[in-house]
Amino acid sequence: MSFWEYLFLFSAMGLVTFLPRWLPLIYLAHRDLPQWLIDWLSLIPIAILCSLLAPILFANQTTRSLELGKPELLVAIPTLLFAIKTKNLGATVLAGMALYWLFNFLYQ
Amino acid sequence: MSRQIPKQHKLLPDNQAWLLDALMASWPICFGYIPIGLALGVLASQAGIPAWAVAMMSVLVFAGSAQFICVAMLNAGSGIWPIIFTTFIINLRHFLMASAVAVYLGGLRKSFLSLFAYGITDESFAVNMTHFRKGNWDYQRAIAVNQLANTAWIVSTTCGAMIGQRIPIGAFGTDYALTAMFLALLLFQLRGRVFVLTGILALAIATAWYVLIPGNSYIIGSSVLAASLGFYCKRYRDKRK
Repeated sequence: MSFWEYLFLFSAMGLVTFLPRWLPLIYLAHRDLPQWLIDWLSLIPIAILCSLLAPILFANQTTRSLELGKPELLVAIPTLLFAIKTKNLGATVLAGMALYWLFNFLYQ
Repeated sequence: MSRQIPKQHKLLPDNQAWLLDALMASWPICFGYIPIGLALGVLASQAGIPAWAVAMMSVLVFAGSAQFICVAMLNAGSGIWPIIFTTFIINLRHFLMASAVAVYLGGLRKSFLSLFAYGITDESFAVNMTHFRKGNWDYQRAIAVNQLANTAWIVSTTCGAMIGQRIPIGAFGTDYALTAMFLALLLFQLRGRVFVLTGILALAIATAWYVLIPGNSYIIGSSVLAASLGFYCKRYRDKRK
């Protein structure tokens, strides 16, 4: 592909990515939102985080089937306990990485 | 849940520390982006996409999963319109995130909001929302997090494309960095029974949706469904009191 073909493709991809990120901000940030909408939106972060994590923890991502007991899930338990104990995001990331590395080192 | 959320268009008083605060908040994202970005760059270069094009893609699109799918589709000989359409569908989930973060960016200038919108990703959204919630955050710190993550993404994808061969990408558990970050952020979001309920519902619905329905609709579908169910449970309980 030529420079201009790449530029067209990536600009179009950028535009369709930008619009859903941009429209709600421009529209919602300049009006008073009703309380029910604020309440509903306050549940969106937890819902999105859990939806993003669910296949990583509970599914085989090659065959797209249910899989319980993945290393990702087993390592998630001590990682969560560590997060509860420390309440520290950075330390939890490092602990999770170390645990995951250790798990793969021991079981492979 | 029905408490008033303050509009935070004011900067925090100790404004000197904004960059340091943003660095402290965003390093887990940047750390997690390095292995993923390198992997994307390596795959792209193996698919015959030059490093300058990878850099261009990361600057113009800035969306990890869509970029992976773009590389895979180009490699499979796909035309450009299916790639553009797929990108749109995958990234529609940011519509929800932009709506949720808008609550904290009320009244800011449109030029700022437009630049901010460019940097909304799963990771920057989750980090910024957690900090906004705690109350120790402002728009300057939030956009700094977006742009630091953006920089890490552009640099790591471009480096991956220049290296262009197999490197030990998963070394030292780095491929678990973003998962661990999401786990911790999830925990920090739990501020009452309705949040726990919504989280459990989202995990269950998303797993079932992911297994049963091809594509990426599970992210939006399960988020909207779980948040709405949680919302109605809370309403029902409040009415009975």
